[in-house]
Parts: sequence; C-alpha cells; structure tokens
Amino acid sequence: MAYSFDFTAVAQYHTQLAVGVGYTLMLTALGAVLGVTLGTLGAVVRAWRIRPFAQLFGLYVELIRNTPFIVQLFFIFFGLPALGLRLGEWQAAIIAVVINLGAYSTEIIRAGIQAIPRGQIEAAGSLAMTRTQIFRHVVLQPALQKVWPALSSQIVIVMLGTSVCSQIAAEELTFAANFIQSRNFRAFETYIVVALIYLALSVGVRALLNQIGQRFVVKRRPA
Amino acid sequence: MNRRTVLRFLSTSALALGLLANLPALADGLDSIKKAGTLRVAVPQDFPPFGTIGADMKPVGYDIDAAALIAREMGVKLELIPVSSTNRIPYLTTGKADLVISSLGKNPDREKVIDFTNAYAPFFNGVFGPADVKVSSAADLAGKTIAVTRGSVEDLELSKIAPTTATIKRFEDNNTTLSAYLSGQTQLAATGNVVAAALNERTKLRPLTPKFLIKNSPCFVGVNKGETALIARINEILAKAKKDGSLNQIAVKWLHNPLPADL
Repeated sequence: MAYSFDFTAVAQYHTQLAVGVGYTLMLTALGAVLGVTLGTLGAVVRAWRIRPFAQLFGLYVELIRNTPFIVQLFFIFFGLPALGLRLGEWQAAIIAVVINLGAYSTEIIRAGIQAIPRGQIEAAGSLAMTRTQIFRHVVLQPALQKVWPALSSQIVIVMLGTSVCSQIAAEELTFAANFIQSRNFRAFETYIVVALIYLALSVGVRALLNQIGQRFVVKRRPA
Repeated sequence: MNRRTVLRFLSTSALALGLLANLPALADGLDSIKKAGTLRVAVPQDFPPFGTIGADMKPVGYDIDAAALIAREMGVKLELIPVSSTNRIPYLTTGKADLVISSLGKNPDREKVIDFTNAYAPFFNGVFGPADVKVSSAADLAGKTIAVTRGSVEDLELSKIAPTTATIKRFEDNNTTLSAYLSGQTQLAATGNVVAAALNERTKLRPLTPKFLIKNSPCFVGVNKGETALIARINEILAKAKKDGSLNQIAVKWLHNPLPADL
C-alpha cells in the first residue's frame, strides 16, 4: 500500500482537539439544559392546549422540525444581521442548538404527558393534591420517566449535530478536525481520530444521561 | 540501407530544414506582426474579470482590453484567440499566437519555456475591508476580526503574520467567508483581489477595498523565447499606458480598484 499512515501529524494538534472537545461539550450541555427546559414548557402548553401559546408552539415545532439545522444556523448567523441583530458565532450556535432541541423535545415530552392516563390525574385531584403538586409528581415526573431514553437519544443527536457549527467558524470539534486537515492534509488520520472522539463523547454523554435519569427522573435510590 | 532509402532520407532532411527556416519562431516577431498587420493574442474566456464571453458572444475583460491597448499602440489589427489555462502556453510556442495575455503569472517552470514582459495587471491575495477601517499592515490587525477561507494561502500566511490579539475566523469556502464579511460578522476579509473585484461588482452592500498585500503574483504578457525586440516594444507600450492612466482605467473598469503603485 502506497499510503503511509502518520498519526503524529494529528497528535501534534492535541491542544486544538482538546479545545474542540471542550466547546462541543459546552454547546451540548447548554443546549440540553435550555433546550429541554424550553421543550418541557412547550410540551405542557401543547398537551394542555393553553391558548394562544399552544398554537405558537405548534408553529415553532413545525417550523424547526421541518427545516435543516444548517439553514437555521445560517439564518441566525448570516441572515439576522440584516435586521440589525448581530450575534457572534457562539451566541448563534447556542441559540440554534437550543431552539432545535427545544422543538424536538417539545414533541417527545408531550408524548409522555399525553400517555398519562386521565384517571391518574383525577385520582390525584380526589386526594386533594394542589395543581402544582399534580403537575410535578403525577404528570411531569412519570412523563419524563417514560420518555427519558428518547430524550437522551435526541440530546446525543444534537451533540453530533453541533458539528455543523464549524461552518460559522465556531471552533468546536469538527472545526478542529477541518483546521488540522487543512494544515497536515492527513484526511484519513484526522477524521478517524475525530470520529473516535465523537464516538467516545456519545457513549460518555449517554452514560451520564442514564445516571441523571436514574438519579433524578426515575428516582430509584441506590440499594 | 540501400541507396534509394539514403537518398530519400537526405531529401526529406533537406526539405525539413528548409521548412524549419521558415518557422515564424525564427523570424523576428515584431516584424512579422507589422507585416501581417494583425496581432494575434491568446486571451482567457472562462476567467472573469480577466476574460469571459460577453452577451454578444465576444470575449470581454481586463486581458482583452489590455490586448486592444497594445494592438492600438502598435497600429495593427487585433485578433483574439480564446484559450484555456492549460493550452495558453502551447498556443504561443507553436506559433498560433504572437502574445499570451491570459492572466499569466511568472514562475521558474514557465520561464524555461517562454519569456515575460513587465507586469500589466495586479493579481494578489490581501486583506480587504471597508474604506473607513484603518489597516495598512499585519500589525494593524490587532484587535480586529478577519474572515478567511480555511486552508487557503491567505489563511496560512495570516496565521503566521497576524498579531495574537487579531481574531482570524476560518470559514469553509469562499462564499461563506464573503457572507461573514458582508453580514458584518467580521470587520475585514482576506481574499484574492479578483474575488474582491467580483464581489464589488455584484453587491454594493459592503465594498472590499484593499488594505495590505499578503502574497503578490501579478500577471505578465507571455512572449516566445528570444523575441527581444517585441518584448522591448511591449514594455514601452505598458510603461506609457501606466504613465498616462490608460492601464489604470482598465483596472478600475474590471477590478474596481486602481492599479497598485508598485506594479
């Protein structure tokens, strides 16, 4: 085989890779926390048909779920300055990730809420629980329990999707990969290393989300 | 080898030699152009703004205007020969064209095959930005943001010479780099003068004016080896055109920026 592999050509850029991993995780963490919060809000509003917000959220969900992420990102970064709203690459990336995950998690969590049997809520009411108590313990928590695996998957998908943010010069992991590749021309080595890093990140984030799920959502106390 | 073959060989050789003596490359180029009354120039047809095919299907562009200027000064008719970037030098060396004016840069490999006159057009990579941003050297980039296409010559050079407080934003391709500049996401952009000219041609949103030069590789007129008289005549015409502003007019028309002083 004529090609000789040289992984030191990638190893010497370990700082860029580390910075890239840091930014990717930062984007994912902020996106997950804010996005799931937005999604929960949207799910409640849509499941309980609170006017006029239910319609607004419906529109938002359809708009985001039916357009590509990169177009949303480009619109925020390149398009909004025309209206005088100029966001830096990180602000644009975070907003794009949050609104994207917000839309998907709205639908995921709404499914969980709508799967709660009416009788369960009525039973809680007959036990003289307040509206807030019912919402927290009888609706939201069991709903999240049901959809937690789906939600975790969506967060991992969003994390992998943040690679698109390299297109607006946000220096996350894929940006680091493209940068390194443009300097050492070692496409095979660079992208396989970065692919393995993404794989490790996905496995790690999923494990972390499982832990969080067990601890805070399912609330199964460790034996 | 019998006698007849020898004879045939000798006569063909003599014929070949006779033909060789008549090859235009051996005659003085300047004289034969004047005698023919036509200057045949190889020009680009697919490289705006230096040469494209206009609405009337005739070649137009910087190179075509420069060729017309030279023909006018020589007092001969101009014949344009559209060429591609790969066959522009063969057209010259095989005598199908007298000159190559086809945004040709100088490099040692080409200098082995053909000769060059003085530069007639600017071709450079540099930092561009709005007229009111005061930047004239790499050091002035401190605290500024510059859009650049990742992995390009501009990227590699700027990464070396820009001060640490300058923010270089690297984008995937030329278009994203330009979009970032146009939408005001960066204060400056590093690109080629031709790209900048093309952008200034298409939009008045945020014009790109040159700030400083990163890498210079101006265009030269290509001439066959040994045509000293022709080279001297063209250099004379170019010097006059630079002085009286007629070459500058061509630059402003096609590149939307005046000729650099050092051309």
